[in-house]
Amino acid sequence: MNLITKAGHIAFAFGLLFITTAQAADVVNVYSARKEALIKPLLDEFSANTGIKVNLITGKADALLKRLQVEGSASPADVFITVDAGRLHRAKTAGVLKQMSLPALEQRIPASLRDADGYWYGLTLRARPIIYAKQRVDIKQLSSYEALADSVWDGRLCLRSSQSVYNQSLVAASIDAIGKEATQDWLDGMVENLAKPPAGGDTDQLKAVAAGVCDVTIANTYYLGRLIKSDKPADQKVASKLAVFWPNQSGTGNLGRGAHFNVSGAGLTKYGKHPQQAQQLLAYLASDAAQRWYADINNEYPVVPGVAISATLESFGAYTMDPIALQILGENNRQAVQLMDRAGWR
Amino acid sequence: MLKRHGLSVFAVTVAALLMLPVLVILSYLIKADGALWQHMFETVLNDYLVNSLLLLLGVGSGVLLLGVPTAWLTSMCDFPGRRWLSWALLLPLAVPAYIIAYTYTGLLDFAGPVQTWIRDITGLGYGDYWFFEIRSLGGAIVMMSLVLYPYVYLMARAAFLEQSVSSIEVGCSLGYSRWRALWSLALPMARPAIVAGLSLALMETLADYGTVQYFGVSTFTTGIFRTFYGYGDTAAAAQLAASLLAFVILLVMLERYSRRRARYHSAAESRARADLIPLTGSKAFLALMICLVPLGFGFVIPAGQLLWWAVFEAEPLGWEFVSLAWNSFSLAFLAALVAVTLAILLAYAQRARPIKPVRGVLAMSGFGYALPGTIIAIGVLIPLAWIDHRIIALFEGWGWDSPGLILSGSLIALLFAYTVRFLAVALGSVQAGLEKIKPSLDYAGRSMGHSPLAILRKIHVPLMRSSVLTAVLIVFVDVLKELPATLILRPFNFNTMAVRAYELASDERLVDAAPASIMIVLVGLIPVLLLHASIARRRPQ
Repeated sequence: MNLITKAGHIAFAFGLLFITTAQAADVVNVYSARKEALIKPLLDEFSANTGIKVNLITGKADALLKRLQVEGSASPADVFITVDAGRLHRAKTAGVLKQMSLPALEQRIPASLRDADGYWYGLTLRARPIIYAKQRVDIKQLSSYEALADSVWDGRLCLRSSQSVYNQSLVAASIDAIGKEATQDWLDGMVENLAKPPAGGDTDQLKAVAAGVCDVTIANTYYLGRLIKSDKPADQKVASKLAVFWPNQSGTGNLGRGAHFNVSGAGLTKYGKHPQQAQQLLAYLASDAAQRWYADINNEYPVVPGVAISATLESFGAYTMDPIALQILGENNRQAVQLMDRAGWR
Repeated sequence: MLKRHGLSVFAVTVAALLMLPVLVILSYLIKADGALWQHMFETVLNDYLVNSLLLLLGVGSGVLLLGVPTAWLTSMCDFPGRRWLSWALLLPLAVPAYIIAYTYTGLLDFAGPVQTWIRDITGLGYGDYWFFEIRSLGGAIVMMSLVLYPYVYLMARAAFLEQSVSSIEVGCSLGYSRWRALWSLALPMARPAIVAGLSLALMETLADYGTVQYFGVSTFTTGIFRTFYGYGDTAAAAQLAASLLAFVILLVMLERYSRRRARYHSAAESRARADLIPLTGSKAFLALMICLVPLGFGFVIPAGQLLWWAVFEAEPLGWEFVSLAWNSFSLAFLAALVAVTLAILLAYAQRARPIKPVRGVLAMSGFGYALPGTIIAIGVLIPLAWIDHRIIALFEGWGWDSPGLILSGSLIALLFAYTVRFLAVALGSVQAGLEKIKPSLDYAGRSMGHSPLAILRKIHVPLMRSSVLTAVLIVFVDVLKELPATLILRPFNFNTMAVRAYELASDERLVDAAPASIMIVLVGLIPVLLLHASIARRRPQ
C-alpha cells in the first residue's frame, strides 16, 4: 500500500506548479478591497493602454491590510485599493502606505477627498442619503439624519447592521459634527424606531421599504441606481417605489452640514517594487475615462469635478456634501462602533 | 531510541507545527486591552455568549434529529426508496451554509416570491400576517442543521452498518423488541460515531461567519469580526477567538471524560447480511417522509432555486468557469491528500504508542476546526511570513536576489491553513476507522517482527479503506466550500468558485452569484456520490 508515498509525490508536484511569484518587469501588483467585477474592467483597460500587466488579489479590506502588515518589506503589493475613508486612514496609520505627492492627482482631486499628507487618494464618491417610500412618506417630515430619531418614525425605520463600515463612518461623521452625547441620543432614538432587527445589506433595506416593512432607510445611492437600471421587472418595481432625500441640506450650524459622503480610494504601498507603474495606474484611475466608467457602471459619483455623470445619478438631484475631512471618519471609527454597541444597534 | 520512538517524535512534530497558528492566536491573550474588554463586557459580550450557546443547542438538536433517525432507517429498515435515499441524504453536504442561507432568504424574505404571493392573493400588507422570519437565530439554526446533519448521518450510518448484526440478534433473542434493541444496544454502540459527527457539526457551527452575519445574529464569531473590522483590533479579535477555543477545549474534554475507558470495537468478525426490518403501509410512508424532509429542504429546494437563478436570471459565468472549477477542484484534492495523510500518521502514532505527549498533541491538533477561517489565516500568515523574511535575509546575505514570499505568498500558505482547519475532520474519520480494528491484530503483526509503519501499511490502511476515503472526501468538500482563508491567502490572479460566489453575493447580487454557487454544489456532488459507493461496498446489500 503505497498510497501515502504516491500522495506525497503528487502533492509535491502540484506544489511546485502553484508557487507563483509576481515579479516580472512591467507589472503592477494590486491588493483590492473593491470587488473584482468593479475594478477588473478598468485594470484591463489600463493594461491595454500601457502594456503594463496588472496582478490582482481581492479580499476584505482589513484582511488585506493585515496581510500587507505581516508581509512587511517583502510584500509584492504596489497598490492598495479599498472602499471607505476609515479603512484608508487605518492603512495609513498601520504604516503600509507610502507618502507620495502626485501632482497629477492633486490637481484633479479636491483636497478634502484625499489624505492631507499624500498617503491616499479618493477615486470615487459614494453618497449615503435617506431613501424613502414615495407613497407613504410626507417629504416635509424629512429633514436630517438626526430627525430619524423622532417618534414620527416609530416602527417605520429600517437600518442595515452596524457591522457595515458604511454605517460606522456615518456615525463617525456625526460624532465630529454634533459630539458624542448627541450622537448617542440619536442612535438610541433610531434603534427605538426600527421596524425590524437589522439584517442584510443596503439592497435588502431598499426592498424592505418598497415592500412596506418600513418607510425610510439610509443607503448608498449606487444600490438604488443598480435597481433602477436592472433589466429585471421585480427590481424595477422596487426602484419605482423609492426616492432619494438629501438630508442636512439646510438648518442652523452643524445640522446644515450636508449629506454624508464617503470615498473609495487607493494609495501606493510603502514597500512596492514598481512605484513607477503604480503611479501610472493611480493617474489612470483618476482620468476622465475611468471616472466616467465608475459613474456609468456602478453609479458612483466621480471625484474629479466636471466629469459628466449618468442620467440615473442626475435623477437623484442636486445636493450639498458634508465637507468633513474624510480621515476623521477613520479617527472616530472606534468611538462610533462603541456608541453603536451601547445603543444596541446590532 | 529514535527508531523505537521515531513515529511518536514525527507525530509530535507535525502536530506541533499544525498547532502553530492556533498558538499564535492564543499568544494574543497576553496583550489584553482592559478598556475594550470592559466595554464589550458591558454591552455586547452577553449577547454573543447567549446567541452562540442557543445556536449550538439548536444546531446540535437539529443535526441529531435529522441525522440519527435517517441513518437508522436507511441502514436497519427496509422501505420503498431506501436504496437511493441512503446516498441522496448526503447531498446537502455539498451545499455551503452561507449559500443555503442566501437561497432561502431569496425565497422566504418579505420581498421574496412566497410572501409576495401571499400578499397578492390575500390583499394583506406586511405585518398583517405571521410568517417565519428567516433572518433570525431560528433561521440560522434551521439553515445550519439542514446542511450539517450529513456529518451525523454519515458517521451514524457507518456505525450502524458495521455493528455486528449478532449483537442486535442476541439482544432480540434475550427478549428485547427491535426498538428496545435500538435504544439499549445499537444507539449506545454507535455513540462514539454519533458524537464524532455531532462535534464536527458543532465546531463548524461555531466557526461559521457567513450565515450568522447575513442573518444579523450576534454570535461569538460575528463579535470576533466586529472587533477585527470595526475596531481594527487584531489583538482583541484574537482574544475573543481564543476564548472561543477555550470553550471548545472544554467540550472536547467533557466528551473524552464521559467516554473514559469504554472500548467500542466489535468482538465479532461476522459481517453477515442484516435482516432489515421490513416496513409496510403507513410505517413505510412515515419512514419515507422522515428521510424526504432533510433531503427536500437541505438540497432539492435550495439547489432548485440556485439552478433557476443560474439558468434564467443570472449573468452567465462564461469560460472563466473552467479555471474556477479547476482551481477549486485541484486545491480541494491536494488539501484532502495532505490532511488525510497526516491524519493517518498521527492517529496511528497514537495507536502504536499511546503515550501522553502523543495523545496530548493529537487532541489539540484538531482545534483549528472550531476557529473561523479568517483567524486561522492570520495565524498561518504570521509564522510563515516570519520564516519567509528569514529566508530572504539569508538569500540577500549571500548576495542573491530575494526569492519573494515563497511560503506566505504561495499556495503553500493556503494548504497549510486548510490542513490546520480541516485536520479534525480527517482525524475523526480515521480514528473511528482505526478504533474498530482490534488491537490483537497489531499484537499479531508486531509479534511477527513488523515495524509499526509496516503494520499500518499492510493491515490497517487496507482494513479501514472506507474510513480513509470518507476522510478524503469530506475534507475535499469542506475545502471546496471554504471561503475566508481562501480569500485572504490566495496568490495573485487566483480565484475559486467560492470566492466568485462570495464576491457577487457580498456585492448584493445574490442572483448573479447563483452560477458559481451551483457549481460548488455540483463539483461537491462528485465526492458525495463516490462516498456513498464506498460505504455501500462495506456490507453486502
